Amino acid sequence: MQSRAIWPLLALVLILIVAGLISPGFYEIRIVEGRLFGNLIDILYRAVPTALVALGMAVVIGTKGIDLSVGSIIAIVGAVIVWRIKMGDPHVAILFIALGAGILCGMWNGFLVAALGIQPIIATLILMVSGRGVGLLINQLYGGTDPSFESAFLQGLSTGSIWYIPTRLVLAAGIFAALWLLIRRTALGLFIEAVGGNAAASNLAGVNARLIVFFAYVLCGLLAAWAGIIMTADTHTSDPVSVGLYIELDAILAVVIGGGSLAGGRIYLGMTVIGALVIQSLTTATLISGLPPEYNLIIKALVVLTVLFLQSANARRAIHRLVYRRAS
Amino acid sequence: MRGITKAFPGVRALDDVDFTLHAGEVHALLGENGAGKSTLIKILTGALERDSGEIRLDGTSVDFQSTGEAQSHGVSTVYQEVNLIPAMSVTKNLALGPSEGWPGVISWRKARARARAKLARLNLDIDIEQPVGSYSVAVQQLVAIAHALDNETSVLVLDEPTASLDAQETATLFDIVRDLKQRGMAVVFITHFLDQVYEISDRISVLRNGGLVGSAMASDVSRKDLISMMIGRELGEVEAAYSGKASPQTGKEKLVAKGVGRRRTLKPFDLTLRAGEVVGLAGLLGSGRTELTKLVFGAIRADSGSLKVNGKEAGSHSPRRSLAAGIAFCPEDRKAEGLVGELSIRENIMLSIQSKQGWLRRLPRGQQEQIAAEMIKALAIATPDAEKPVRQLSGGNQQKVVLARALASRPDILLLDEPTRGIDVGAHAEIITLIRKLCSEGLALLVASSELDEVVAASDRVAVLRDREKIGEIVGGEIRRDNIIRVIAGDDDRQH
Repeated sequence: MQSRAIWPLLALVLILIVAGLISPGFYEIRIVEGRLFGNLIDILYRAVPTALVALGMAVVIGTKGIDLSVGSIIAIVGAVIVWRIKMGDPHVAILFIALGAGILCGMWNGFLVAALGIQPIIATLILMVSGRGVGLLINQLYGGTDPSFESAFLQGLSTGSIWYIPTRLVLAAGIFAALWLLIRRTALGLFIEAVGGNAAASNLAGVNARLIVFFAYVLCGLLAAWAGIIMTADTHTSDPVSVGLYIELDAILAVVIGGGSLAGGRIYLGMTVIGALVIQSLTTATLISGLPPEYNLIIKALVVLTVLFLQSANARRAIHRLVYRRAS
Repeated sequence: MRGITKAFPGVRALDDVDFTLHAGEVHALLGENGAGKSTLIKILTGALERDSGEIRLDGTSVDFQSTGEAQSHGVSTVYQEVNLIPAMSVTKNLALGPSEGWPGVISWRKARARARAKLARLNLDIDIEQPVGSYSVAVQQLVAIAHALDNETSVLVLDEPTASLDAQETATLFDIVRDLKQRGMAVVFITHFLDQVYEISDRISVLRNGGLVGSAMASDVSRKDLISMMIGRELGEVEAAYSGKASPQTGKEKLVAKGVGRRRTLKPFDLTLRAGEVVGLAGLLGSGRTELTKLVFGAIRADSGSLKVNGKEAGSHSPRRSLAAGIAFCPEDRKAEGLVGELSIRENIMLSIQSKQGWLRRLPRGQQEQIAAEMIKALAIATPDAEKPVRQLSGGNQQKVVLARALASRPDILLLDEPTRGIDVGAHAEIITLIRKLCSEGLALLVASSELDEVVAASDRVAVLRDREKIGEIVGGEIRRDNIIRVIAGDDDRQH
């Protein structure tokens, strides 16, 4: 592992230590109703949607792109789930329909970026802006008067537990493993990083750069859809206006905290998850510390700034110079 | 500069180097790729910190922390790659950097006057409101020099200023350099072209492997001595590399192009590449050499003609399909089209062979490392290990990585566009030797080059281009510098 991977890990450990000092019993984990409970579990549990979205974002950022529409994809997926439930589809089928909706959204983004060559930030802005409206329109399909629902199957995926462990954690771990295998055990990772680093050179080296970029957005849409299923099942309702609002920003932050660069060319899957955990543990720690929630955002900004400062080559050089001068 | 030493992780880039520059002289700094030229220059101009040693400017010890600081002390640099902003006008480019008057406020009237004055100093008469990118590379180079010069400049460093200039443009540049010299400026001139060294330099210093090999007046050192100083071996070897030419063979037809062309790019041409044969592409800058190789590779889509590879019709042509059919291509511009700078040497080498295999069948890490190690050894790429990011290599070694990628894909047909651009004499000979060796193993080679001597040395057959049209072929013993020039100049009886 590279030395720069130390800083996000250190930040995470530090946040957890501070949280432990503020709130005794922070590390306590107990079993309630056949399921693990405790702050540490809670951090993992709540970080799952952000982490999933951030993993997709990491792949897209690896191609030198960005996907601003992930929050809107979550809104659309939520609306689709409730619509199909009201239509009486079997719930297992709805799971796949929801994932399909995410894939379609990803294909739309991928088409705009890879086939039409629109700049990623603009291309995905289109779905970001329109997606929540699409969600509201889907709600209209069944009248939209009562968007709440019950589904033992879908809620089981989100809030249930297997062998004391929350189901969403087990599934997220499985998705992470699958994604890691897909990126690192096939040549896809090399191709994505090559295209992100220099698309023209990759093309001449025989890589189908357009297809790779297209695929990255589809993957991102799929992962956002899974986050959308978890969030929708959690709240038992479709709320296209506010579900997953600003999640794209947390996801981008998680990627960047994990050492990814918006200049593209590198994917760090494991570190992206660490980045998502840093963000969630900050939120949790701030809440239990008793500080008003409005401090949360400011503290988050400060910690992120510190991590990025320590990762910056320029800052490190300046610090090194300062220490070196003093020593000599 | 006295006793300059600089180490990078794993490499000692400069070891106790002395370098003296006198006012009113042009001092050529020579050495192979990775010899330490760039490092020395960067230390002189404050872009890098030295580990030890001393720099004295007009007798006083100086320690520049940045290039800006060096520039304010009269030390300016024009880098190999033109550092201008193409979309901005000449005036705006020249207005960048330290300015007079209120900070953040620009008087465009003054900026224009200053731009004109700066250009007048170089006798350059161009429309200063046009974007820099609309001018030729040569003019851009001159604008970059104009940008670097101000009234206080006493030391000017030119890092390979002539790499992309033709003879006429080079002559213009040299007139300007001579003029600057007359005015007492000290000029450091870095180049790979030995002719130019003798044409313009008063003094020559040679670096090798981070050490100073020698420093002498240009009139006191012969060309042959100079080359052996640079590469540390006798010239015979270099000459031998050029001499192993086989007679034109009648090998199997590997690639047959019939009427392939594209409107406004290149007139339709016929071309046959045979196994074991090197076909050279000669022509002036802009004659269509690059376009021809790219059309053959499918990087530019042809709108006419047909292409047969190994006897099979190549329908819709793309780089990916070409690779699958056994064609590999090394582009001219390694930075923009060749390498992925952030990726390691290993990853860059793997790219083509892996895309040929498909994304599902990833080559195991062990095999990747083995291929990379073989290539590094075969092409003598100077690097401590294969995991180093490619952008940290020197230019010549980067070129070798591009070549290594093409070779790793085990092609039948290899297209090289300017395979030795920006490469020193030693690596140049190595690459020519390699080309001949590959060819004797049954590879069909197409080599486009702006260096006529290289085309003559490497080729069994030469296709000559002029004004985006293939105008003739020269075969075997007829391949001589003067013959090629005659065809380019349009002497009809030489065309076949």
